[in-house]
Amino acid sequence: MTIVGELINTSRPAVKEAANNRDKDLIIDLAVRQAKAGATYIDVNCGNMINNEDEIMEWLVKTVQSAVEIPLCIDSPSASALDIGLSLCKYGRPMINSISDEEERYDAVAPLIGKYDAKIVVLCMDSTGMPVTSDDRMKVVHKLHEKLTQEGVKEDDMYFDPLVKPISSVTTAGVEVLETIKKTKMEYPNVHFMCGLSNISYGLPNRAILNRLFVVQTMTLGMDGYVLDPTNDKTMADIITAKALLGMDNYCGGYIKAHRKGLLG
Amino acid sequence: MATLQEVSQCVLEGDLDNVKVLVQALIDEGTEPIVIINEGLIAGMNIVAPLFKSGEMFVPEVMESADTMNEGMKLVKPLIMDGDIPSKGKMIIGTVNGDLHDIGKNLLIMMVESRGYTVIDLGVDVKEEDFSAAIKKHNPDIVGMSSMLTTTMMKMESTIAQIKKDGLRDKIKIIIGGAPVTQEFANDIGADGYSMDASTAVELCDRMMSSPEELSA
Repeated sequence: MTIVGELINTSRPAVKEAANNRDKDLIIDLAVRQAKAGATYIDVNCGNMINNEDEIMEWLVKTVQSAVEIPLCIDSPSASALDIGLSLCKYGRPMINSISDEEERYDAVAPLIGKYDAKIVVLCMDSTGMPVTSDDRMKVVHKLHEKLTQEGVKEDDMYFDPLVKPISSVTTAGVEVLETIKKTKMEYPNVHFMCGLSNISYGLPNRAILNRLFVVQTMTLGMDGYVLDPTNDKTMADIITAKALLGMDNYCGGYIKAHRKGLLG
Repeated sequence: MATLQEVSQCVLEGDLDNVKVLVQALIDEGTEPIVIINEGLIAGMNIVAPLFKSGEMFVPEVMESADTMNEGMKLVKPLIMDGDIPSKGKMIIGTVNGDLHDIGKNLLIMMVESRGYTVIDLGVDVKEEDFSAAIKKHNPDIVGMSSMLTTTMMKMESTIAQIKKDGLRDKIKIIIGGAPVTQEFANDIGADGYSMDASTAVELCDRMMSSPEELSA
């Protein structure tokens, strides 16, 4: 299970302020807490710093790596910020979030995958619009799988993001994601998945319960990566428990260990 | 006997089955179609909007209410001339060049339509020159642009530049919105207004239509 810790993102006001003031303590605290909570990657995203994203990216990556030695997921709409962030990654193989089949984005990001031997989050979206059905998504999956394979990217390094949309605006948005996972898994059993969860609950009350159950539902169909807040004990407890139930936890070792640590509630 | 109050209540509750029955009953009883629209259907949405803003109603409920209103409208509209349907103003709206996120835009369209605006939806990924062309063609009062990505935010600026270049800037008000957008950014790029969500955007449009001079100052 790949957990990308999402907390270092300048769209969160406190992080933006810390980045602007170059306040290392807050960033380091977020990095350490996420790593301790079980994040396999730390996401670094400062995409809303339009005027000085490159500079902030450099500072964030260096600051995070001064505190934790785990791989980073470099997250930005800007190819130049991705390039800078990736060039500084010291621990393990980095991940890029993300590539899509929008022409401009594809051409800008594709060369970075090989350049930094990175893993890649593949967003199921192209220039024709946001996908609605699982078939819309599968068209993009097929295309991007083919293109990335031609670029020399291994299946094991591809993390398909089925694009989670709010069920509040389209009732079937959750089901279409589940269908996409099922179909992708059937056609390409060796690729991985990655998704954010909180979009699913946008516009609805009591969002946490929707997010948590959607983890379990997606995991059941083969989802094996999430961008989330690993310091949220309940979500992490759900993931640990679901892994045991899905036979992904030998002798239920992880589950029992988590119980002894008091992590299961 | 059906009442206008019951029609409003239907809209508020998103009662799709009953709204048709009630509106038809009112039509049969001889209630003026315009009255059914204003004091029944739109009046219902006027209750919905503040409840949504205050967090007492949620996105799917608002959508259901809007659908209910539209079901009622379908029965009433053929009975009146297009020009007789009251319109608070005309608006064109789209997501800017390169941006494909349409949930916020669609929500806004629903909210402003239900408040009596005529809306032309330009869709997603609308190029600068297409905004301009649509202004020429439809002659709107307000142009709404949305962007959900930091990469496409700057397209709002280039769209405004295009509108200026085509000599259309003075004829319209421009409002912008979307997750990464702020009031500060709206000021920077010379938009007339910004709102952080769909219900506040409706109020912004109302203010623009009622005192355009004040806002252009």
